[in-house]
Amino acid sequence: MPAHRRSSAPVAFGHRDMGRRRFLGYLFAAPTLAVGVKLGIDLAGGDTASAAIPAPPQPADLYDLSDALTDAARPTANLITVVVNEDGTVSFDLPRAEVGQGITTSIAMIIAEEMDVPLDKVKITLADARPELVFNQLTGGSNTIHAMYTPIRVAAAIAKGALLDAAAAILQENRERLTSREGLITGPAGTVLSYGELAKAAAATETRMVEAPPLKPASEFKIVGTPQNRLDAYDAVTGRKQFAMDLDVPGATPTMVARPPSIGGTVEGIRNEDEVRNMPGVVDIATIRTGVAVAAETFGQCIDAVRALDIEWGPGLVDGESDDTIIEKLRAAAIPLPPGLPGAKVIETDFTFAFRSGSPLETNGAVADVRDGKAEIWYGAKVPITAQAEIALLLGIPQTAVTLHVVQSGGSFGRHLFPDAALEAAEASQKMGRPVKLMWHRTDDARHGRTHPMTTVSIRTSYNDDAVLAYHQHHTSVETDTQHGLGEAISAQATKLPPGNYSVAQSLFLLTAKTSYNFGVTNQLLHEIPLQFPTSSVRNVYSPDVRLAQELVVDQLANAMGQDRYEFRRAYAKTDHLRKVLDKVAEMGDWGRSVPDGVGYGIAVHDEYKMIMACMAEVDARPETVNRPIRNGKTGPRVTKVWYAAIPGSVVVNPRGMEAQLMGGITDAVGLVFTAGLHIKDGIPLEGSWDDYFYTRQWNVPEEINIEILEPDPTLEVPGAGEAGVAAACGAIASAYAAAIGEIPKFFPILHDELGFEPKPLVPPIPESPTNGLDFTF
Amino acid sequence: MPNHSFKLNGQQVDVDVEDDVRMLWVLRDKLGVRGPKYGCGINVCKACTSHINGKAFNPCAVPVSEIEPDDEITTIEGLADSEGKKLHPMQEAWLEYDVAQCGYCQPGQIMAAVAKVRQVQSEGREITDEDLDEIRNICRCGTYMRIREAIKAGAEKM
Repeated sequence: MPAHRRSSAPVAFGHRDMGRRRFLGYLFAAPTLAVGVKLGIDLAGGDTASAAIPAPPQPADLYDLSDALTDAARPTANLITVVVNEDGTVSFDLPRAEVGQGITTSIAMIIAEEMDVPLDKVKITLADARPELVFNQLTGGSNTIHAMYTPIRVAAAIAKGALLDAAAAILQENRERLTSREGLITGPAGTVLSYGELAKAAAATETRMVEAPPLKPASEFKIVGTPQNRLDAYDAVTGRKQFAMDLDVPGATPTMVARPPSIGGTVEGIRNEDEVRNMPGVVDIATIRTGVAVAAETFGQCIDAVRALDIEWGPGLVDGESDDTIIEKLRAAAIPLPPGLPGAKVIETDFTFAFRSGSPLETNGAVADVRDGKAEIWYGAKVPITAQAEIALLLGIPQTAVTLHVVQSGGSFGRHLFPDAALEAAEASQKMGRPVKLMWHRTDDARHGRTHPMTTVSIRTSYNDDAVLAYHQHHTSVETDTQHGLGEAISAQATKLPPGNYSVAQSLFLLTAKTSYNFGVTNQLLHEIPLQFPTSSVRNVYSPDVRLAQELVVDQLANAMGQDRYEFRRAYAKTDHLRKVLDKVAEMGDWGRSVPDGVGYGIAVHDEYKMIMACMAEVDARPETVNRPIRNGKTGPRVTKVWYAAIPGSVVVNPRGMEAQLMGGITDAVGLVFTAGLHIKDGIPLEGSWDDYFYTRQWNVPEEINIEILEPDPTLEVPGAGEAGVAAACGAIASAYAAAIGEIPKFFPILHDELGFEPKPLVPPIPESPTNGLDFTF
Repeated sequence: MPNHSFKLNGQQVDVDVEDDVRMLWVLRDKLGVRGPKYGCGINVCKACTSHINGKAFNPCAVPVSEIEPDDEITTIEGLADSEGKKLHPMQEAWLEYDVAQCGYCQPGQIMAAVAKVRQVQSEGREITDEDLDEIRNICRCGTYMRIREAIKAGAEKM
């Protein structure tokens, strides 16, 4: 065995001993007990020492996205507040967006644990835009729990301490002789006082700084770390959960926008405005920056009116661009890879990833009431402060005149980083002089919504008979829009990276892109070209492409060097943690067993968000499976089984929630590898709904998904889970497919060449609603 | 404006609305019943799945004029009541398996699941993976695995 493989030492991770830390908070002068703490309180990072490894550490090894977001929050922190109410409930106004990732449940668990209060007594709401929080009101990068775990515990501990003090005064007992449990404080004589009874007594008469009592040791946890069902599940299954379009805002009129036949096209004129104004139900029409807004009594009548509008359109922003022209531009712009090492053997592979859609199931939508120089907006903003500022600028009113309520969203996947629908709703409301509920049609969402852009990847690696000597991976991509504040947060921190001064997107790339293997001289870079497609990050941002390409080249290296793909990864893995998760999935999936021709399995790793993960997947690419018939659906190779293992950072707040998020990431990967891509033609995607954008469906779902969350590593920081599952699953599924067909796929999604549908017309911009629904009852 | 009448979650309702307005907007915009969600408007995503006379249908693709006065429309809000319970066994299973993530597709998923199980049971069969593969409701959070488990569990109590 070559020396460098023996020399791998355990990585010395940042470590903090929470038990010895003392935290500060504030007791507010308020009617009932209210405790404030700074977000980012005393979260000074650990010693992020690097491993003793031959491949020099990359930026993401030292200081990753989670660190950057947490650090960015630190100097500008302001107070977040836990309130105890007279009915015994505990309220917390969370400065984050719930988009399905389950943070309202996890945050409630953390408060319930620290305060000794039943979970169902904790009430989490989403905070309005609070400009004073600056970088602290940003939902992204799977960072919420990572950044908020300790501050929230501190606030809860201070609150419990204040309740104990109040009870001690009432009972005239030493505080040490009181016990707290289930929202009740019991004195030595058995007298019981509820938190609700104590809420007023515990309130401060003047605001003052206090020192938090010691935080509860993890060994005493009864809620954190146990699987809990989501607190909003009952509302979800009974139809009571409210999204933006379900809100009852008085007078808010359904509104939709007629959009151009190519991205960014402008309205030059409306030829039949009077005619459309006279259509049944139509209330108002206004030209806005992105098209022509129509308000009507029902959304159904909006659809009809949008279809009836005869609009003269000006050119769009990217009218000359189609898949082929963009690929050509990317190849021309690619920064050449360094040459292979002299005397070494070289493997070179190029990959292409198509545009893909981040469209959630709830389309873009927002409610706006802009009248009398004031604006009240309801939108599922992940970066509400930036959204609020943009809305104010657009409307020409001060930011203080804009109230932005953050509402729960039906998914985000990058879309809610930007206030696209909120801006349109605000503009339409201002121009119409009435409150509107503005909703994008699905076809708008598919064609004009933000995408993750096309990327080409070139990898060159040099090796000899004993070892891999060099590894270079260059990504060239259409620009990803990061101008939503996340970018600022990161760019502000990225100057800390060697050698500094990266662009925002390159910083984001460098903070997340990792080579998980000791491949000697290693470099990864991103180069972007400025085409004006509406883009955004998507779930797991760059990592799915980074991992997928890397893991397929790792397969090629293993095969070229005559080694088993799993053993090869084990030998070259940078850390023992990676070896442990590789071993785990190999054991779960019975690596090495024989499978029929046309079936294959693959394996991959990923390390991000303080999670060290591996995935093994099996793919059936036999003709009878590939060609199984589904009406208006894409079948193709089927991922039959997935095994997934993760070593999480120091604490898993809700294992059941983490499992759900990993499962969601795996489901995304199934689509991303095989079917879910956009075809760009003449400046707009051909895809216009879910019958042509082939996201994973029931007929693509694996027979088995087995997820094992291993013992948390106490020396690691608190992990995030929302995006963690995608990348390793993409790598393993692609690796399995390559094994099944005996060839490395180079274009993703793999079935991109087969269009498999008749594109919907571009004019009118949205399709008519069918009338034959009763023919399909079951 | 034409008047339309039908049974909605056990109550006879009347609504003044143009004949060609699809039922989804009659429910959501006229009657304020917001459990059925909009996801595509072309009968593809199935987020609006509700029941007509006990069978699954998609109100985004049915004009109100096609609905007769004695048709019984059930949305997620009326599912449990239709069996005289606080929660339908399928909703219970959904809670047990902690299926929902963002929750947006879940009313439609549950309504489709109930109809699929009833269909299979009326054929004297138990639900199979092939039956589950036929469910077209999209879940963009990717909860499909738990949906499958919940449907199998819910079916046992139906």
